[in-house]
Amino acid sequence: MSETNWQLPLRLAALGFVAVIVQIAAVSQVTIFGVSIDLAPLLVASVGLLAGSLPGAVFGFAVGLFVDLALVQTLGVTSLLYILIGYAAGRLRELRDPAHGLVPVFVGAAATAIATVGFALLQFLLGVDAPVSWLLLRQVVVAILLGALFALPVHALVRRIVEGALPDDPRRRRRRAYTTGGLSPLSRPSQGSR
Amino acid sequence: MYDRQVRRRRVTLIVLVVVSLFLLTIYFGEDEGSPLHSVQRGVIAVLSPIQEGASRALKPARDLFGWFGDTMDAKKERDQLRAQRDRLLRQVVDYQAAIAENRQLRGLVNMRSSYDVDAYTPVTARVTFRNPNNLFRDTIGIDAGTGAGVHVGDAVISGSGLVGHVSTAAGNTSIVTLITDQRSYVSGRLLASQDLGLVKPSLGDPLDLQMSQLPRRATARVGDVVVTAGSISDRLESPYPPKIPIGTVTRVDAEELASNNRIHLSPIADLRHLDFVQVLTGGDDADGARAQTGP
Repeated sequence: MSETNWQLPLRLAALGFVAVIVQIAAVSQVTIFGVSIDLAPLLVASVGLLAGSLPGAVFGFAVGLFVDLALVQTLGVTSLLYILIGYAAGRLRELRDPAHGLVPVFVGAAATAIATVGFALLQFLLGVDAPVSWLLLRQVVVAILLGALFALPVHALVRRIVEGALPDDPRRRRRRAYTTGGLSPLSRPSQGSR
Repeated sequence: MYDRQVRRRRVTLIVLVVVSLFLLTIYFGEDEGSPLHSVQRGVIAVLSPIQEGASRALKPARDLFGWFGDTMDAKKERDQLRAQRDRLLRQVVDYQAAIAENRQLRGLVNMRSSYDVDAYTPVTARVTFRNPNNLFRDTIGIDAGTGAGVHVGDAVISGSGLVGHVSTAAGNTSIVTLITDQRSYVSGRLLASQDLGLVKPSLGDPLDLQMSQLPRRATARVGDVVVTAGSISDRLESPYPPKIPIGTVTRVDAEELASNNRIHLSPIADLRHLDFVQVLTGGDDADGARAQTGP
């Protein structure tokens, strides 16, 4: 595999490792309205939005597994949910290619909702005996709002980190064209004139 | 090419989901000593120093964010504690008022058992208002009227002594003229010497009662108690039952006593802090006349 092909997995691995450590060591200890901020679903959703469904799903699986290992949770629960988040965000990019600046906000809110509600459902399925109360619903709503709030900064950070390593990144494609002796797009004949 | 990409994506997705479900199923069915749990413990052992270092390094940032949350929590807690303080303050005020009322009501009960008022039907009433200008007209309103058997002229007592008499009676309220009112006069008897006199308030200082019209050879000392005489004589007629404490002697001026037959008293009843009083009703109806003794 060439150096450029390794860049994205290496960057994503470093990003996932550092992000989960920071999440566990610092971010999860900060509560707003009684709810901890969870950046991991936002991270996975951003990777899916920027890199596509396959990298998103793989990154989601890896981050989820790491979270389960680090927090001594049932292995597979978080990774299952994060696969869904990464894959869905990637498919949204591949099918719709949304360009609106607020797309990460909605995707972040949806990712947080999937992570929070899905985790609760899986815990209930696994036999955790906890009553469904208004307090729980309120916390879910607050968590989704917080996810939406932090989605843009997280997306900007992920974009900055993976920028240049994405397979179809326009800047990289342009740079490669110039360095290999290709013509500038302005001087290149159009497709229709051939 | 496209089909291969789609196939690869789907296969990868299915593999990842299957692996997750496999891990979940295996982990869920395992005991603590199983391989997956061992792997998890190993990862924790490796990660814990990193987590600890990261936790220490990120403590300032965490504290900064925590400060905002703590400030909001502290404000919320402050508001809750203020509300709680106000609630408790109201309770304390209520308790103190209840204790004071209880003390006065106990005094009224003791008064009835201590003094000879069995011929009367006492009606306990709450003081509802007070005349703000008490230099000349010292009256209070009570929440018992003719509906409760109260009539004009009925004696009114508190837990410690004589208060006054009913000057106006309506359906469910009455006006009581205190013994410190300038229109009031009470026939009194010095308990020590049994000398009779007329008790009236001093002009300009209602809480200084004057006992005048004492006999020429009357003797009195500071601290002597003056009670109602219950007299029916024309000279010193009294609408009050006998032996109800009126006041204590505060000043005896020999010259004043010799020239004006007058001494000074202080009311025994705390007339400025009345909450409950008792109206002695029914005396006339019971006996045809008040339980009074001759001079």
